[in-house]
This record gives sequence, structure tokens and C-alpha cells, in this order.
Amino acid sequence: MKQANPQDNQLGTVGEGLEQRGVTRREFLQFCTAITAMLALPPSMAEVMAAAISKAKRQSVIWLSFQECTGCTESITRSHSPTLENLIFDLISLDYHHTLQAASAEAAELSRTQSMKENEGKYLLIVDGSIPMGNPGYSTIAGMSNYGMLVETAKGAAAIVAVGTCATYGGIPKADPNPTGAVSVGDIIKDKPIINVPGCPPIPVVMTGVLAHFLTFGNIPELDNLGRPKSFYGETIHDRCYRRPFYDQGKFAQTFDDEAARKGWCLFKLGCKGPVTYNACATTKWNDGTSFPIQSGHGCIGCSEPNFWDAGPLYQALSMPASATTSMLGGAVAVGAAAGAVITWHNRSTKSAAKAAHAKVTVQELIREEK
Amino acid sequence: MNHLDLLTFARSTALNWALVIFVLGVTLRLFEIFGLGRKTDLAKPRSNSCGNGWRTMFTRSFPPEGMLKRDPVTYIAGYVFHVGLLVVIFLFAPHVEFFRSLLGIGWASLPSALVDALVVAAIVALGVLLAHRLNNPVKRMLSGFGDYLALAVTLLPLLTGYMAYHHLLFEYTLMLALHILSVELLLVLLPFTKLFHTFSVFISRWYNGDIFGRKGVAS
Repeated sequence: MKQANPQDNQLGTVGEGLEQRGVTRREFLQFCTAITAMLALPPSMAEVMAAAISKAKRQSVIWLSFQECTGCTESITRSHSPTLENLIFDLISLDYHHTLQAASAEAAELSRTQSMKENEGKYLLIVDGSIPMGNPGYSTIAGMSNYGMLVETAKGAAAIVAVGTCATYGGIPKADPNPTGAVSVGDIIKDKPIINVPGCPPIPVVMTGVLAHFLTFGNIPELDNLGRPKSFYGETIHDRCYRRPFYDQGKFAQTFDDEAARKGWCLFKLGCKGPVTYNACATTKWNDGTSFPIQSGHGCIGCSEPNFWDAGPLYQALSMPASATTSMLGGAVAVGAAAGAVITWHNRSTKSAAKAAHAKVTVQELIREEK
Repeated sequence: MNHLDLLTFARSTALNWALVIFVLGVTLRLFEIFGLGRKTDLAKPRSNSCGNGWRTMFTRSFPPEGMLKRDPVTYIAGYVFHVGLLVVIFLFAPHVEFFRSLLGIGWASLPSALVDALVVAAIVALGVLLAHRLNNPVKRMLSGFGDYLALAVTLLPLLTGYMAYHHLLFEYTLMLALHILSVELLLVLLPFTKLFHTFSVFISRWYNGDIFGRKGVAS
């Protein structure tokens, strides 16, 4: 990762950078074809994308990390290195990223403020991690609260990419009982376009794909109602899963790594949340398309969905109750029986009261008076 | 509240309370029915054969001679609906998992495609039964609000389940949440509507069979 040097922003285009690094046009076109396919764009767009990215000025990017585990950064740095995704990432001008940059302390902060000033209204802001609202002291950078830094940096950004489930929806820090009062980027910033790229962590190629879209078209991709790019989060993992046919046939693994699981049968009974999780894991997969959790025998935990941590036990099937019921049911039987006994007593006393009040009718009373 | 939150609510708090009301209601109604009691029958039974009640519990499952011809819609659509409903409740794989978690025992399930076909048949049958109820003057006269309510709350889980499975109308997470919530509505209303026949049908058949047997009437 290069050192913070805002001057870099003025240096050449992405195309020139690629040339310097010995990336051939064929390799670059292949990359663009893959990205257009992932973004669900027509194949003809690959050329357009290649031309647009080649000519594009290196996009200034500021990456802020708040309450996070650095997993998102870990993920993106391992994006099939050293393929083109990495190079594209390298060829943007990453002006501030306190985990990756060499500069530290005041120099690091200076690069952020300088970049903000020089690229006012143009830079892309990437955020990972949630923002604590309980007490600003829970998480600070250079003595500045996360909230303060986010609001200050978002002001001049062209758009914001919230990366990871913490930045997009609050993630694990927000999980019950949410001790820090964690909120997402979208909870604070309302006046800027925000692209949510959730996942714990997100798929590297999804992050680079979103950046490629922004570089090509200069705008944000089509988003769903949770602010996620539809091209990557348009379908559930279950619907694109290679184990799906077994779900339809009613063939399920009963335990982890049993014969059925190895044969590729469905992991629904082991608690797989694939049916309610919108992400591209089943199609793009991880580690250069090698595998994804379900392929390795573990159900999906739904990490790219809001509040996934509080959405019931990870190892119970989706159709199972998310919290215990049996203890309450015993009480319900007892109360039901008691209420039933009261009603029975009431019915019986009504009956005996009616019986007691019953006056016998004599024959005389039944004779009609002759008129 | 997003769709997954709604689903979690349906799977936890809402489900717990629905089950509590359901169990409480069923226990209460059973106590109420059995608690009513009957006057001791002092007359000498006409028939000494025992088991009339038990036999009637099964014989009433089949139409009496000639009735199938006189009212085929009620019998056939009624059967198709009930079989479809019972199969989907007890033999659809995700439902079996639900019972396993609740009761601690599970059983084999049917392929989803077969269950799906039976659900379609059940939904169509329910529609036919509703049309018949509205068109047949006798049935219409006998029907009240409770009948239509019972039909509606039974149809909802079938319809939402079908739509969730086929990704219709809403996206899956929301539709699944609505499906579970509709089942919870059914659970809450079941003990207090005509749907309580789920529990009382065999009790009343036994009672009728037994009392008719004593009076020497074929049942």
C-alpha cells in the first residue's frame, strides 16, 4: 500500500497505471468482462467499462474504520492476490486507511484532511465498522470520536460505500444488548448516496465490483430497499445454492459432515440461513472462486442480513422456534385447566340454580281459560 | 423493523404467545366440554354391543350410502382439502423440523414437490367449498361469520406458504414471516372458533355413536 501522498491524485489514469505494471489489455478486458457479468450488465458493456476505467483518473478514496474487527480489510486485501482486482484496488488512490497506510499519527490525519480538501465533492468514502452513540469515548481515532470523523468526512464525499455488516446495519456491536449504542452509517448520514456492501466480511470481489461500477459510470449501482447493489444481493444464497435440488427432494444432512452432507445434500436442518440471506456467496464464491461456507459443509449464518446475530440460534433450522417455548407451555396448560375448572363450576352452578328455580306446572295451570 | 426482524419476531415472541394461547385455549375448551357432564341414562340400553362409540369414530369418515352422489362437492373437495392440509402440516420437511424442536421427536418427510402439489389441490378445494357454500341455499343459510372466518384463517397459511415457497408477491423473508404469523393467527383462533373441531370431532363422534348405540339406532 502506498504512503499517503495527495499528489498521487494528479498522477495519470488507471490505464497508464496498469500499463506500468505490465497488465495486458487482454487481462484487463477479461477482468472487465467478469465484473460486467457479476453486475448483471450486457456483455457489450465490458468494452465500455474497460475504456471508462482506463481513462478514469485515479479515484481518491478515504477509508474510515470504526467499531470493527478489521475482517473487512482482511477480506479485501486477500482478493485473489495478485489478480486484477487487487491492481484495480491498488490503482485507486487510497489516501487514508489507518490499518494499511504507512503514515501514522498526525501525518496520517493530515493526509485525510488534505485529500478531503483537494478532492472536495469528488472523493469516495468507504466506511467499515459501526459508530458508537452511547459514549463518544468508546471508539476514537486521533482523539476524535467516530461520529465526529464520519460527519466531517462525509460532508465532501461524492458517495459513501458502507462495507461490512457493522457499517451497513450495526453488525455484531449492535447485537443485543448493544452496549455501545452502535448504529450504522445510514443511521447518521442522510444526505449522501450510500451503497451498502454487507457481509461479515463482504466478498472481496463484491467490494471491488462496486468500486468498478463507480469508476465506470460515476454513479452508484441499482440498490435494493436495504441499500445493497441488486446485482450482488438480488437473490438468496439458497436459490443459487448447488445443494438446492436436494432441498426440493427432501434430502437433508442430519449432522455435520455425515454421508449426506458429503454427498451435497441440503444443510437446512443444520440451521442454514441461506433461504433468507441475500448475497453472492453461492455464485462468486470465495478465495478465487474456490468454495464458500455451504460448500465446505457449514450452513450459512446469514451474516449479510441486518441483525443476523439476534435472528435466532445459528444451528437451528429456520422453521424452528427462535426462542424456548416449552416452559411457557406448561404454565399455559395449568392456567387453561384452572380456567376450564372455573367455567365448569360456573356452568354447573347455573344448571343447578335453574333446576332449583324450576317450578312445577300443574294440570290446572295448563287448562286454557274458556272465553 | 426490517424483514428479517419481522421473521425473528414471528419465530420467537409471536410464536411463544400464539402457542401459549393455543394450548391454554384447547385445555380450557376440553375441560369445558368434558365438564358439562350428562345426566345418567337410567333406561336399559337397547343394544348390548359395546364399542359403538369407537366404531362410529371411523365409520363417520365415510359417506353414508347415496350421500356421495347427492353431495359430491362437499365430500370430495372436503377430503382433498383435509388430506392436503394434514400432509403439508405434518410431512413437509421444514414443518417436521418445527415439531422435532417442540416435541423432541421427528419423522420422515415427503419431497417438497409432492407437498406443493397437494397444497395447490387443498387451496383449490377450499375455493370450491367456499363457492359451494355461497351457491347452495341451504349451506348459505347455515353459514355465519364464524364459518367464513374459519375458512379465511385456514386459507391464509396455505396461501402464504405457497407464495413463500414460490417467491410470489413479496420476497421470501417477508413472505415467510407473514406465513408464520398467519399460522399464529390460526393457532390463536382455533380453540375459540369452529376450527376446534380439530380436537372435538372424534370426541363428538364417539359420544353420538355411543348414545345411538344405547338407543338401538344404527350410526
